[in-house]
Amino acid sequence: MQYLVDIVLLGLLMITGFAIVRMRSLLAVTMLTSIYSLFSALLFVVLDAVDVALTEAAIGAGISTILLLATVALTTEYEKVPGHRSLLPLLVVTLTGAALIYGTLDMPHYGDPNAPVHRHVAPEYIEDTPEEVGVPNVVTSVLASYRGYDTLGEVTVIFTAGVGVLALLGVHLRKRTEQPHDYKMLVVLRVIAKLLFPLILLFALYVLFHGDYGPGGGFQAGVIFATGFVLYALTHGLGNAERVIPPALLGVLAAAGVLLYAAVGIEGMLLGGKFLEYNVLADDPVSGQHLGILLIETGVGITVAAVILIIYFGFVSRRPGGADAQDPS
Amino acid sequence: MLDMLLDILSWILLLGGALFLLTGAIGVLRFPDFYSRLHAVSVCDTLGAGMVLLGLMLQGGLTLVTVKLMLIFYFMVFSGPTAVHALAEAAQVSGLDPVEDDPEDG
Repeated sequence: MQYLVDIVLLGLLMITGFAIVRMRSLLAVTMLTSIYSLFSALLFVVLDAVDVALTEAAIGAGISTILLLATVALTTEYEKVPGHRSLLPLLVVTLTGAALIYGTLDMPHYGDPNAPVHRHVAPEYIEDTPEEVGVPNVVTSVLASYRGYDTLGEVTVIFTAGVGVLALLGVHLRKRTEQPHDYKMLVVLRVIAKLLFPLILLFALYVLFHGDYGPGGGFQAGVIFATGFVLYALTHGLGNAERVIPPALLGVLAAAGVLLYAAVGIEGMLLGGKFLEYNVLADDPVSGQHLGILLIETGVGITVAAVILIIYFGFVSRRPGGADAQDPS
Repeated sequence: MLDMLLDILSWILLLGGALFLLTGAIGVLRFPDFYSRLHAVSVCDTLGAGMVLLGLMLQGGLTLVTVKLMLIFYFMVFSGPTAVHALAEAAQVSGLDPVEDDPEDG
Protein backbone atom coordinates (compact mmCIF):
# COMPACT_ATOMS: atom_id res chain seq x y z
CA MET A 1 0.00 0.00 0.00
CA GLN A 2 2.81 2.36 0.97
CA TYR A 3 4.59 1.52 -2.29
CA LEU A 4 1.42 2.08 -4.30
CA VAL A 5 1.08 5.62 -2.92
CA ASP A 6 4.75 6.29 -3.62
CA ILE A 7 4.54 4.97 -7.17
CA VAL A 8 1.35 6.90 -7.97
CA LEU A 9 2.80 10.15 -6.60
CA LEU A 10 6.13 9.71 -8.37
CA GLY A 11 4.32 8.80 -11.60
CA LEU A 12 2.17 11.93 -11.37
CA LEU A 13 5.33 13.97 -10.71
CA MET A 14 6.91 12.55 -13.86
CA ILE A 15 3.81 13.18 -15.98
CA THR A 16 3.65 16.76 -14.69
CA GLY A 17 7.35 17.21 -15.46
CA PHE A 18 6.90 16.05 -19.05
CA ALA A 19 3.83 18.23 -19.45
CA ILE A 20 5.85 21.25 -18.24
CA VAL A 21 8.54 20.55 -20.85
CA ARG A 22 6.05 20.03 -23.69
CA MET A 23 3.76 23.02 -23.04
CA ARG A 24 4.34 26.35 -24.74
CA SER A 25 1.74 28.36 -22.82
CA LEU A 26 3.59 29.83 -19.87
CA LEU A 27 0.39 30.32 -17.87
CA ALA A 28 -0.32 26.60 -18.11
CA VAL A 29 3.30 25.84 -17.20
CA THR A 30 2.96 28.06 -14.12
CA MET A 31 -0.10 26.12 -13.01
CA LEU A 32 1.65 22.81 -13.67
CA THR A 33 4.66 23.96 -11.63
CA SER A 34 2.29 24.63 -8.76
CA ILE A 35 0.79 21.15 -9.15
CA TYR A 36 4.31 19.69 -9.26
CA SER A 37 5.08 21.37 -5.93
CA LEU A 38 1.86 20.06 -4.45
CA PHE A 39 2.78 16.49 -5.44
CA SER A 40 6.24 17.01 -3.94
CA ALA A 41 4.61 18.21 -0.73
CA LEU A 42 2.43 15.08 -0.66
CA LEU A 43 5.54 12.94 -1.16
CA PHE A 44 7.19 14.69 1.79
CA VAL A 45 4.11 13.92 3.89
CA VAL A 46 4.39 10.26 2.88
CA LEU A 47 8.05 10.36 3.93
CA ASP A 48 6.98 11.83 7.34
CA ALA A 49 8.75 15.14 6.65
CA VAL A 50 5.76 17.33 7.52
CA ASP A 51 7.83 20.47 8.13
CA VAL A 52 9.32 20.29 4.65
CA ALA A 53 5.90 19.45 3.20
CA LEU A 54 4.42 22.57 4.78
CA THR A 55 7.26 24.67 3.38
CA GLU A 56 6.92 23.13 -0.08
CA ALA A 57 3.16 23.65 -0.11
CA ALA A 58 3.38 27.25 1.11
CA ILE A 59 6.37 28.35 -0.98
CA GLY A 60 6.37 26.03 -3.99
CA ALA A 61 2.64 25.76 -4.61
CA GLY A 62 1.67 29.12 -3.11
CA ILE A 63 4.01 32.06 -3.33
CA SER A 64 6.16 30.86 -6.27
CA THR A 65 3.03 30.48 -8.39
CA ILE A 66 2.00 34.05 -7.62
CA LEU A 67 5.50 35.38 -8.38
CA LEU A 68 5.66 33.35 -11.61
CA LEU A 69 2.24 34.66 -12.63
CA ALA A 70 3.44 38.20 -11.93
CA THR A 71 6.50 37.51 -14.11
CA VAL A 72 4.35 36.09 -16.93
CA ALA A 73 2.14 39.17 -16.71
CA LEU A 74 5.29 41.34 -17.08
CA THR A 75 6.78 39.40 -19.97
CA THR A 76 4.97 37.17 -22.45
CA GLU A 77 2.41 34.41 -22.26
CA TYR A 78 3.92 32.02 -24.80
CA GLU A 79 7.32 30.43 -25.00
CA LYS A 80 9.14 31.04 -28.28
CA VAL A 81 9.59 27.96 -30.46
CA PRO A 82 13.32 27.25 -30.60
CA GLY A 83 14.82 27.40 -34.10
CA HIS A 84 17.28 24.56 -33.60
CA ARG A 85 16.96 20.81 -33.13
CA SER A 86 17.13 19.72 -29.51
CA LEU A 87 19.13 16.53 -30.10
CA LEU A 88 22.38 17.72 -28.52
CA PRO A 89 20.70 19.06 -25.34
CA LEU A 90 18.76 15.78 -25.11
CA LEU A 91 22.00 13.84 -25.35
CA VAL A 92 23.64 15.95 -22.64
CA VAL A 93 20.63 15.60 -20.34
CA THR A 94 20.41 11.84 -20.90
CA LEU A 95 24.11 11.35 -20.20
CA THR A 96 23.97 13.51 -17.07
CA GLY A 97 20.88 11.67 -15.87
CA ALA A 98 22.51 8.29 -16.49
CA ALA A 99 25.62 9.40 -14.58
CA LEU A 100 23.49 10.59 -11.66
CA ILE A 101 21.54 7.33 -11.56
CA TYR A 102 24.86 5.45 -11.67
CA GLY A 103 25.96 7.57 -8.72
CA THR A 104 22.93 6.56 -6.66
CA LEU A 105 23.97 2.88 -6.89
CA ASP A 106 26.60 3.53 -4.24
CA MET A 107 24.20 5.31 -1.95
CA PRO A 108 22.81 3.51 1.11
CA HIS A 109 19.28 2.13 0.74
CA TYR A 110 16.36 4.28 1.77
CA GLY A 111 15.76 3.93 5.51
CA ASP A 112 19.05 2.12 6.12
CA PRO A 113 19.89 2.74 9.81
CA ASN A 114 23.63 2.40 9.05
CA ALA A 115 23.62 5.21 6.48
CA PRO A 116 26.16 7.93 7.31
CA VAL A 117 23.47 10.58 7.75
CA HIS A 118 21.84 8.53 10.48
CA ARG A 119 25.08 7.85 12.36
CA HIS A 120 26.79 11.23 12.48
CA VAL A 121 25.04 13.83 14.65
CA ALA A 122 21.39 12.92 14.09
CA PRO A 123 21.14 10.39 16.98
CA GLU A 124 22.61 12.98 19.37
CA TYR A 125 20.04 15.57 18.32
CA ILE A 126 17.17 13.13 18.70
CA GLU A 127 18.35 11.83 22.08
CA ASP A 128 19.35 15.15 23.62
CA THR A 129 16.46 17.31 22.41
CA PRO A 130 14.03 16.39 25.25
CA GLU A 131 16.50 17.32 28.01
CA GLU A 132 18.50 20.08 26.36
CA VAL A 133 15.88 21.98 24.37
CA GLY A 134 12.63 20.52 25.66
CA VAL A 135 10.51 20.95 22.50
CA PRO A 136 8.62 18.00 21.00
CA ASN A 137 9.42 18.92 17.39
CA VAL A 138 13.01 17.84 16.80
CA VAL A 139 13.07 19.63 13.43
CA THR A 140 12.56 22.94 15.21
CA SER A 141 15.22 22.18 17.81
CA VAL A 142 17.77 21.28 15.11
CA LEU A 143 16.87 24.20 12.86
CA ALA A 144 16.57 26.90 15.49
CA SER A 145 18.90 25.76 18.24
CA TYR A 146 21.57 23.21 17.26
CA ARG A 147 21.93 24.66 13.78
CA GLY A 148 20.96 28.21 14.68
CA TYR A 149 24.02 29.60 12.95
CA ASP A 150 23.05 27.97 9.62
CA THR A 151 19.52 29.30 9.92
CA LEU A 152 20.88 32.79 10.54
CA GLY A 153 22.78 32.38 7.28
CA GLU A 154 19.60 31.31 5.49
CA VAL A 155 17.67 34.30 6.79
CA THR A 156 20.50 36.56 5.64
CA VAL A 157 20.27 34.99 2.17
CA ILE A 158 16.53 35.74 2.05
CA PHE A 159 17.18 39.29 3.25
CA THR A 160 19.81 39.71 0.52
CA ALA A 161 17.31 38.49 -2.07
CA GLY A 162 14.87 41.14 -0.91
CA VAL A 163 17.55 43.83 -1.04
CA GLY A 164 18.51 42.64 -4.52
CA VAL A 165 14.95 42.93 -5.83
CA LEU A 166 14.59 46.35 -4.20
CA ALA A 167 17.84 47.52 -5.83
CA LEU A 168 17.00 46.11 -9.29
CA LEU A 169 13.26 46.72 -9.54
CA GLY A 170 12.27 49.02 -6.70
CA VAL A 171 8.68 49.45 -5.62
CA HIS A 172 6.59 52.01 -7.45
CA LEU A 173 4.04 53.67 -5.25
CA ARG A 174 0.47 53.69 -6.47
CA LYS A 175 -2.40 56.00 -5.72
CA ARG A 176 -5.07 54.79 -3.36
CA THR A 177 -8.03 53.49 -5.33
CA GLU A 178 -11.34 54.59 -3.89
CA GLN A 179 -13.93 53.11 -6.24
CA PRO A 180 -12.58 51.35 -9.30
CA HIS A 181 -14.79 51.48 -12.37
CA ASP A 182 -15.60 47.78 -12.36
CA TYR A 183 -16.13 47.59 -8.64
CA LYS A 184 -19.13 45.30 -8.93
CA MET A 185 -17.11 42.66 -10.72
CA LEU A 186 -14.93 41.94 -7.73
CA VAL A 187 -17.52 42.31 -5.02
CA VAL A 188 -17.82 38.60 -4.19
CA LEU A 189 -14.05 38.21 -4.18
CA ARG A 190 -13.66 41.21 -1.90
CA VAL A 191 -16.18 40.04 0.65
CA ILE A 192 -14.65 36.56 0.79
CA ALA A 193 -11.12 37.97 0.88
CA LYS A 194 -12.09 40.15 3.84
CA LEU A 195 -13.52 37.09 5.53
CA LEU A 196 -10.42 34.97 4.95
CA PHE A 197 -7.78 37.67 5.50
CA PRO A 198 -7.85 37.65 9.34
CA LEU A 199 -7.99 33.86 9.37
CA ILE A 200 -4.92 33.59 7.15
CA LEU A 201 -2.98 35.91 9.46
CA LEU A 202 -4.20 33.98 12.49
CA PHE A 203 -3.12 30.70 10.90
CA ALA A 204 0.31 32.21 10.16
CA LEU A 205 0.69 33.16 13.82
CA TYR A 206 -0.42 29.65 14.83
CA VAL A 207 2.19 28.10 12.54
CA LEU A 208 4.81 30.47 13.94
CA PHE A 209 4.15 29.94 17.64
CA HIS A 210 3.15 26.30 17.38
CA GLY A 211 6.36 25.41 15.53
CA ASP A 212 7.87 24.02 18.74
CA TYR A 213 5.12 21.43 19.04
CA GLY A 214 3.97 20.65 15.53
CA PRO A 215 5.12 21.18 11.98
CA GLY A 216 5.82 24.79 11.17
CA GLY A 217 8.08 27.65 12.11
CA GLY A 218 9.23 31.03 11.01
CA PHE A 219 9.75 30.30 7.31
CA GLN A 220 6.32 28.81 6.69
CA ALA A 221 4.59 31.37 8.91
CA GLY A 222 6.25 34.26 7.09
CA VAL A 223 5.10 32.94 3.72
CA ILE A 224 1.51 32.39 4.91
CA PHE A 225 1.49 35.86 6.47
CA ALA A 226 2.63 37.38 3.18
CA THR A 227 -0.03 35.39 1.27
CA GLY A 228 -2.72 37.16 3.27
CA PHE A 229 -1.48 40.54 2.08
CA VAL A 230 -1.06 39.26 -1.49
CA LEU A 231 -4.71 38.19 -1.42
CA TYR A 232 -5.63 41.68 -0.21
CA ALA A 233 -3.56 43.27 -2.98
CA LEU A 234 -5.18 41.05 -5.62
CA THR A 235 -8.73 41.85 -4.58
CA HIS A 236 -8.45 45.43 -3.32
CA GLY A 237 -5.85 46.84 -5.68
CA LEU A 238 -2.13 47.34 -5.29
CA GLY A 239 -2.49 50.99 -4.26
CA ASN A 240 -4.65 50.09 -1.28
CA ALA A 241 -2.34 47.25 -0.25
CA GLU A 242 0.58 49.67 -0.31
CA ARG A 243 -1.35 51.84 2.15
CA VAL A 244 -2.05 48.91 4.45
CA ILE A 245 1.59 47.86 4.54
CA PRO A 246 3.86 50.56 3.04
CA PRO A 247 6.92 49.32 1.09
CA ALA A 248 9.16 51.59 3.17
CA LEU A 249 7.98 49.78 6.29
CA LEU A 250 8.62 46.44 4.58
CA GLY A 251 12.27 47.38 4.04
CA VAL A 252 12.60 48.22 7.71
CA LEU A 253 10.83 45.01 8.74
CA ALA A 254 13.03 42.83 6.52
CA ALA A 255 16.11 44.23 8.25
CA ALA A 256 14.48 44.12 11.68
CA GLY A 257 13.89 40.37 11.48
CA VAL A 258 17.53 39.57 10.73
CA LEU A 259 18.64 42.04 13.38
CA LEU A 260 16.33 40.45 15.96
CA TYR A 261 17.87 37.05 15.16
CA ALA A 262 21.43 38.37 15.42
CA ALA A 263 20.56 40.36 18.55
CA VAL A 264 19.42 37.17 20.29
CA GLY A 265 22.84 35.71 19.47
CA ILE A 266 24.69 38.74 20.77
CA GLU A 267 22.49 38.83 23.88
CA GLY A 268 23.70 35.31 24.58
CA MET A 269 27.28 36.53 24.33
CA LEU A 270 26.59 39.50 26.63
CA LEU A 271 25.10 37.17 29.24
CA GLY A 272 28.27 35.10 29.25
CA GLY A 273 27.48 32.38 26.73
CA LYS A 274 28.51 31.79 23.14
CA PHE A 275 26.94 33.37 20.05
CA LEU A 276 23.38 32.02 19.71
CA GLU A 277 23.63 30.09 22.99
CA TYR A 278 20.09 30.28 24.37
CA ASN A 279 20.78 28.52 27.67
CA VAL A 280 21.86 31.76 29.33
CA LEU A 281 18.80 33.75 28.21
CA ALA A 282 16.62 32.68 31.15
CA ASP A 283 17.14 31.32 34.65
CA ASP A 284 17.19 27.67 33.61
CA PRO A 285 18.59 26.37 30.31
CA VAL A 286 15.38 24.82 28.97
CA SER A 287 13.24 27.95 29.31
CA GLY A 288 16.17 29.90 27.87
CA GLN A 289 16.06 27.60 24.85
CA HIS A 290 12.29 28.13 24.53
CA LEU A 291 12.67 31.90 24.68
CA GLY A 292 15.54 31.90 22.21
CA ILE A 293 13.74 29.67 19.70
CA LEU A 294 10.57 31.76 19.94
CA LEU A 295 12.49 35.00 19.37
CA ILE A 296 14.55 33.79 16.43
CA GLU A 297 11.52 32.14 14.79
CA THR A 298 9.71 35.47 15.10
CA GLY A 299 12.69 37.18 13.48
CA VAL A 300 12.70 34.64 10.64
CA GLY A 301 8.96 35.08 10.15
CA ILE A 302 9.18 38.89 9.98
CA THR A 303 12.03 38.83 7.46
CA VAL A 304 10.46 36.17 5.23
CA ALA A 305 7.06 37.89 5.16
CA ALA A 306 8.60 41.30 4.45
CA VAL A 307 10.95 40.03 1.73
CA ILE A 308 8.19 38.11 -0.07
CA LEU A 309 5.97 41.19 -0.05
CA ILE A 310 8.88 43.33 -1.30
CA ILE A 311 9.43 40.89 -4.19
CA TYR A 312 5.70 40.75 -4.94
CA PHE A 313 5.28 44.52 -4.87
CA GLY A 314 8.48 44.94 -6.87
CA PHE A 315 7.25 42.60 -9.62
CA VAL A 316 3.64 43.70 -9.75
CA SER A 317 4.13 47.45 -9.49
CA ARG A 318 6.33 47.38 -12.62
CA ARG A 319 3.32 46.66 -14.77
CA PRO A 320 1.56 49.75 -16.14
CA GLY A 321 -1.85 48.24 -15.46
CA GLY A 322 -0.96 47.21 -11.93
CA ALA A 323 -1.73 43.98 -10.09
CA ASP A 324 -5.15 44.01 -11.67
CA ALA A 325 -6.78 45.87 -14.49
CA GLN A 326 -8.87 47.99 -12.16
CA ASP A 327 -5.92 50.05 -10.95
CA PRO A 328 -6.37 53.35 -12.80
CA SER A 329 -2.84 54.78 -12.38
CA MET B 1 -23.73 -0.09 18.56
CA LEU B 2 -23.56 3.68 18.29
CA ASP B 3 -19.94 3.38 17.31
CA MET B 4 -20.82 1.04 14.50
CA LEU B 5 -23.62 3.34 13.31
CA LEU B 6 -21.22 6.29 13.26
CA ASP B 7 -18.65 4.19 11.44
CA ILE B 8 -21.16 3.14 8.78
CA LEU B 9 -22.37 6.72 8.39
CA SER B 10 -18.83 8.03 8.07
CA TRP B 11 -18.02 5.42 5.42
CA ILE B 12 -21.15 6.32 3.49
CA LEU B 13 -20.02 9.95 3.57
CA LEU B 14 -16.45 9.08 2.56
CA LEU B 15 -17.53 6.89 -0.35
CA GLY B 16 -20.15 9.43 -1.41
CA GLY B 17 -17.50 12.15 -1.38
CA ALA B 18 -15.18 9.95 -3.42
CA LEU B 19 -18.00 9.36 -5.92
CA PHE B 20 -18.58 13.09 -6.30
CA LEU B 21 -14.84 13.71 -6.74
CA LEU B 22 -14.77 11.04 -9.44
CA THR B 23 -17.79 12.45 -11.28
CA GLY B 24 -16.23 15.90 -11.06
CA ALA B 25 -13.00 14.61 -12.58
CA ILE B 26 -14.84 12.79 -15.37
CA GLY B 27 -16.88 15.93 -15.98
CA VAL B 28 -13.75 18.06 -16.39
CA LEU B 29 -12.52 15.65 -19.05
CA ARG B 30 -15.80 15.06 -20.88
CA PHE B 31 -17.81 18.29 -20.74
CA PRO B 32 -17.80 20.35 -23.93
CA ASP B 33 -16.81 23.86 -22.84
CA PHE B 34 -15.17 25.88 -20.10
CA TYR B 35 -18.34 26.81 -18.19
CA SER B 36 -19.76 23.32 -17.97
CA ARG B 37 -16.33 22.04 -16.90
CA LEU B 38 -16.32 24.63 -14.13
CA HIS B 39 -19.72 23.32 -13.13
CA ALA B 40 -18.19 19.86 -12.78
CA VAL B 41 -15.19 21.15 -10.86
CA SER B 42 -17.28 23.02 -8.31
CA VAL B 43 -18.86 19.72 -7.29
CA CYS B 44 -15.41 18.43 -6.28
CA ASP B 45 -14.77 21.41 -4.05
CA THR B 46 -18.06 21.56 -2.23
CA LEU B 47 -19.81 18.19 -2.14
CA GLY B 48 -16.80 15.94 -2.79
CA ALA B 49 -14.33 17.43 -0.35
CA GLY B 50 -17.12 18.44 2.03
CA MET B 51 -18.49 14.93 2.38
CA VAL B 52 -15.00 13.44 2.75
CA LEU B 53 -14.27 15.97 5.50
CA LEU B 54 -17.57 15.24 7.27
CA GLY B 55 -16.82 11.51 7.10
CA LEU B 56 -13.36 12.10 8.55
CA MET B 57 -14.89 14.24 11.31
CA LEU B 58 -17.11 11.33 12.30
CA GLN B 59 -14.04 9.09 12.35
CA GLY B 60 -12.17 11.62 14.50
CA GLY B 61 -14.88 11.93 17.15
CA LEU B 62 -14.77 14.72 19.72
CA THR B 63 -11.06 15.55 19.37
CA LEU B 64 -8.84 18.39 18.27
CA VAL B 65 -8.57 16.69 14.87
CA THR B 66 -12.28 17.26 14.32
CA VAL B 67 -11.91 20.94 15.17
CA LYS B 68 -9.12 21.28 12.63
CA LEU B 69 -11.19 19.42 10.03
CA MET B 70 -14.06 21.81 10.74
CA LEU B 71 -11.76 24.76 10.09
CA ILE B 72 -10.65 23.19 6.81
CA PHE B 73 -14.34 22.62 5.96
CA TYR B 74 -15.08 26.27 6.71
CA PHE B 75 -12.20 27.31 4.48
CA MET B 76 -13.32 25.01 1.64
CA VAL B 77 -16.93 26.21 1.83
CA PHE B 78 -15.81 29.78 1.28
CA SER B 79 -12.81 29.40 -1.01
CA GLY B 80 -14.10 26.75 -3.44
CA PRO B 81 -17.20 28.50 -4.79
CA THR B 82 -15.38 31.84 -4.76
CA ALA B 83 -12.54 30.46 -6.87
CA VAL B 84 -14.98 28.99 -9.38
CA HIS B 85 -16.93 32.26 -9.43
CA ALA B 86 -13.72 34.20 -10.07
CA LEU B 87 -12.75 31.84 -12.89
CA ALA B 88 -16.15 32.08 -14.55
CA GLU B 89 -16.16 35.86 -14.26
CA ALA B 90 -12.64 36.13 -15.63
CA ALA B 91 -13.62 33.94 -18.59
CA GLN B 92 -16.72 36.02 -19.24
CA VAL B 93 -14.86 39.32 -19.02
CA SER B 94 -12.17 38.10 -21.41
CA GLY B 95 -14.91 37.28 -23.91
CA LEU B 96 -15.30 33.52 -23.81
CA ASP B 97 -18.79 32.47 -24.87
CA PRO B 98 -20.44 29.22 -23.82
CA VAL B 99 -20.64 26.54 -26.51
CA GLU B 100 -24.20 25.74 -27.56
CA ASP B 101 -25.35 22.59 -29.33
CA ASP B 102 -21.94 21.32 -30.31
CA PRO B 103 -21.23 18.03 -28.56
CA GLU B 104 -18.24 17.28 -30.80
CA ASP B 105 -16.30 20.28 -29.56
CA GLY B 106 -13.70 19.13 -27.03
